[in-house]
Amino acid sequence: MDSYRNNADLDFLRIEADELCVDYNGNLALYDASLKLKSGCVCGLVGMNGAGKTTFFKALMGFVRPSRGKILINGCSVSEAQKDQAVAYVPQNECIDCSFPVSVWDVVMMGRYGAMNFLRMPRESDKRAVIDALERVELLEFRKRPIGSLSGGQRKRAFLARAIAQRASVLLLDEPFAGVDIRTEKLMSELFLQLRQDGRSILISTHDLSHVREFCDVVVLINKTVLAYGNTSEVFTSENLSMTFGGMTPEPISGSISSEI
Amino acid sequence: MHLSFLSTSPYSFLVDPLSHEFMRRALMISSFVGGVCGLLSCYMTLKGWALMGDAVSHAVMPGVVVAYALGLPFSLGAFVFGVGSVALIGFVKQKSRVKEDTVIGLVFTGFFALGLVLVSKIKSNIDLMHILFGSPLGISDSDVRQTIFICLIVVSVLIIFRRDLMLYCFDATHARSIGINTAVLHYLLLSILSLAAVAGLQTVGIILVVAMLITPGATAYLLTDRFDRMTILAVISSVLSSVLGVYISYWSDIETGGSIVLVQTTLFLLAFLFAPRYGILKLNNSTNT
Repeated sequence: MDSYRNNADLDFLRIEADELCVDYNGNLALYDASLKLKSGCVCGLVGMNGAGKTTFFKALMGFVRPSRGKILINGCSVSEAQKDQAVAYVPQNECIDCSFPVSVWDVVMMGRYGAMNFLRMPRESDKRAVIDALERVELLEFRKRPIGSLSGGQRKRAFLARAIAQRASVLLLDEPFAGVDIRTEKLMSELFLQLRQDGRSILISTHDLSHVREFCDVVVLINKTVLAYGNTSEVFTSENLSMTFGGMTPEPISGSISSEI
Repeated sequence: MHLSFLSTSPYSFLVDPLSHEFMRRALMISSFVGGVCGLLSCYMTLKGWALMGDAVSHAVMPGVVVAYALGLPFSLGAFVFGVGSVALIGFVKQKSRVKEDTVIGLVFTGFFALGLVLVSKIKSNIDLMHILFGSPLGISDSDVRQTIFICLIVVSVLIIFRRDLMLYCFDATHARSIGINTAVLHYLLLSILSLAAVAGLQTVGIILVVAMLITPGATAYLLTDRFDRMTILAVISSVLSSVLGVYISYWSDIETGGSIVLVQTTLFLLAFLFAPRYGILKLNNSTNT
């Protein structure tokens, strides 16, 4: 097969979506969306509101059944991947009830639930995984604080720690940079690099183009279907972006703040 | 109202009523039911299911009547109608454009009205007042056994699935993404809600049972930021309310159900005013503890 000439194709495929179609009671949300994501890469999923970013995530997590096409994660079906704790979802802050009486430790420990027995009793190894994850996001000293007492950026890091503690190989991040300060942004970008080196794949859903340029190796432009897919520098053309954003080319902010770091 | 208990000594206040068999039984069953409903109330308040609790507890009414009429265990009928009402709410919500709280209100009043009509039509020895307002002082042996059996089921489910249910209330998306079947958890929680409503019905009656299912949780929620502590505090406040309520009802000859719920409401008011961090008086203003 001639594709083997490419060294990249020898890499293990984390996500393989093939001609995916999703419709909600007849309303087409996504059609013919194909995507192949290698292990150890950070991929930006860029599109307008309603372009199907959330639907794509939901399909990858098995929340919606594609009407056509198939998804393989680490070469397995989505439900098998779920049982292997392969997929972690990091939610937007707004989706979380911040007055819920749980501590940071409790939240990160939730990442280990899938690996525990049905009574969810943490073993020593689970505790170590939680401590390790909290250290990596620099929240260990906050572990006893209620989740609601954290700032937006810290909360985001706590949920990232949960995904790390889960030891998922595919991380789905929903608007990870919305409302975070520079310090958190820097920490997260370093973390992404580490996770990438571990061979994990990160899919970041965002409409913030400046961050995509900085953090993502590959980018997927979507508007109901995959419009363009490839290395960030190649895909980020004004023509492609105009297509993604329905004729309006958003001026990619040149990153005046982040470039000072 | 008799206020004779104010002049009795604390010792005889507590011990005198215990000489009556019906009082010992009422205290036992009320505190048991109180503890179970208190534990469940944490999940109800955190999940935002207060209205759902109200709906299910009212909707079991026709089930209780039908079960009595047919000579079946009342809990069976109540359970069928409790779960049925929830399924109906879900179905109507999905298939129509009517908003959820409207559907809930619509379905439970419909079920409740059906229950009232059935009581008046089926001539039997069902005492409507007992169903509506509870009668822990006059509870029969078979009802005691049934109620304890129900409570044991609810407690076992809540203990075995406490982490899963907590996660489901907090972040259902994460629960699903790690392969936990949240649909099962959803209906499990609704089923034990129906069961707890039937148990609570024995002590405070259909109309006030929703208080048992939310007030202790709300009180505990004002007192702590830890889920485990919240469940313990809710159980304690709920059991305390039941015991105090039954005693006060005995000594001042007032309706037992109302008395229990009033104690619960008083405890909530105390927490609302004096809770260290979340009380409106803010007795402890430090935010970093």
